Amino acid sequence: MKRFLVLFAALAALWTAPGLTPAWAALQVDVTQGNAQPLPIAIPDFVGGDPALGANVAGVVRADLERSGLFRPLDPKGFAEHITNINAVPNFGSWRSITAQGLVTGQVTQQPDGRLRVDFRLWDVFGESQMLGLQFFTTPENWRRIAHMVSDAIYERITGEKGYFDTRIVFISESGPATKRVKRLAIMDEDGANPIFLTRGDYMVLTPRFNPTAQMIAYMSYIGSKPRVYLFDIETGRQEVLGNFPNMTFSPRFSPDGNQVALTLETAGNSDIYVMDLRSRAIRRLTSDPAIDTAPSFSPDGKQIVFESDRGGGQQIYVMNVDGSGQRRISFGQGANGTPVWSPRGDLIAFTRRVGGNFTIGVMRADGSGERLISSGGHDEGPTWAPNGRVLMYGREAPGQRGSSIWSVDVTGRNERRVLTPGSASDPAWSPLIQ
Amino acid sequence: MTSFSRSLKFACLSAALILGACTHKQEAVNTAPPPAPPAPMASAPAPITSSILPGSAEDFRVNVGDTVHFGYNEYNVEDTDKGILGRQAAWLAKYPAVRVSVEGHADERGTREYNLALGARRANAVKEYLVSQGVSTGRVETVSYGKERPVCTESNEGCWAQNRRGVTVISGGANS
Repeated sequence: MKRFLVLFAALAALWTAPGLTPAWAALQVDVTQGNAQPLPIAIPDFVGGDPALGANVAGVVRADLERSGLFRPLDPKGFAEHITNINAVPNFGSWRSITAQGLVTGQVTQQPDGRLRVDFRLWDVFGESQMLGLQFFTTPENWRRIAHMVSDAIYERITGEKGYFDTRIVFISESGPATKRVKRLAIMDEDGANPIFLTRGDYMVLTPRFNPTAQMIAYMSYIGSKPRVYLFDIETGRQEVLGNFPNMTFSPRFSPDGNQVALTLETAGNSDIYVMDLRSRAIRRLTSDPAIDTAPSFSPDGKQIVFESDRGGGQQIYVMNVDGSGQRRISFGQGANGTPVWSPRGDLIAFTRRVGGNFTIGVMRADGSGERLISSGGHDEGPTWAPNGRVLMYGREAPGQRGSSIWSVDVTGRNERRVLTPGSASDPAWSPLIQ
Repeated sequence: MTSFSRSLKFACLSAALILGACTHKQEAVNTAPPPAPPAPMASAPAPITSSILPGSAEDFRVNVGDTVHFGYNEYNVEDTDKGILGRQAAWLAKYPAVRVSVEGHADERGTREYNLALGARRANAVKEYLVSQGVSTGRVETVSYGKERPVCTESNEGCWAQNRRGVTVISGGANS
């Protein structure tokens, strides 16, 4: 137990350490070394009446944990002990012999009412004790969600942080040549499974965002060649234009309580930020500067909004109170800085840095200090946070606009990898944990 | 040819008064090539003369010019583009039923939403110039496409310059 916990503690410390090294140095370490030691964990296929289903559930858990970069699921071919009864204490020595430090045993059974029951236990191999034991019930078609919830529980027990596997991504699916690219609104599970297209592609859609319950999407649509912010109800498929504005509205973002949407309204070529109350549909103007003011993002306590403006000459990041008062610049780094997104933890703001034609994702503290670049750059744009504030996704455009893809990276800059999407994709937005 | 044979006839008539005979000369006139027969109406494929209908969207695009360009992160109308916008305004004065939409575009060197805002600035700058040239404001809509509709897809200055543009598109009221 002790060694297990010590190792996890060390891992957590490494993982949460603030960027003590300069941004560029950290970037090199991230890309070329990946020096965080992922934790070896054994996850045999879950037992039960349907071996294929048990294998599928365990496979999703292994893939989730591997993708996080913090775990190294061991190859089941090397397992010495064949788990048949998850209520029996495993032979820890046999798991130690293959260097496993964690062991997950699980079982999937069909209930008389047709539902699935999934039980699992997380074992500390060196401490020879159970760390966690949970049971889930669900309908059979929901087996992937249960697997993600198992992953979240393991992740949380071991790292002390909430997991993010039982989440969805709303994004823009792209096809066709760059000059006539077709863009469709789409959602998928965090691991790329279950992609669903919500629009047909006969009009362009951009910049979707989930509301806090992940039931509603705010996005921008060019229906009728009139670019406006729309709401999309995932349950009913119903779409509605938000407000009745004479000109372009864009960059919608929900408030943390889901009752308001901050957006940008363009008037006579000038873009300013407004907030609309979704119940009364009343709007409040927050900026009134002849510069471009756009890309608002609420702080998680709902009291402040971070946004971008070129009022100082170039695109930079500013913060204001939610009533529009106290507007002040917080980014002073190299190049142009935009697309600020407040972390769900409140501690950091992710942004896009552009120097010439090179775009990179970075993070800075909420006061603008301690900025670090965390993506490997090229044309990386538009970060979005996992609900635990530890991982980000963003869009990456290939040179010459030959296609776009979604990538994820740890907030430390480690574990940058491509996210599985059905074809080209951009503008990802991460949902909260599904309720 | 016709006027030549007519003057020949005239010369012959004048000569007849003096010489008393002009038959020969008349025959000479008749040897001139006959007028071409009228073109058959249906049989041969008559060349379709592709003349652009005045007052059409094609007329505007080809004979007036629909696109102006902008400097990097700029949205002021360049002096070199005032000629084309002046012609657009004159054309719109000639066809008062026509309505237009000005599309503002940006190159790829900007984030998506910033470029939507920049495209709106450019579209509005074109609209304001047209209005200053007498086009009524109600006839001109604007729409920004940001960096979403490039005409050129390489990542170099040549392409970026082409993509930073304002395009005046006929949206209604044109001859078709």
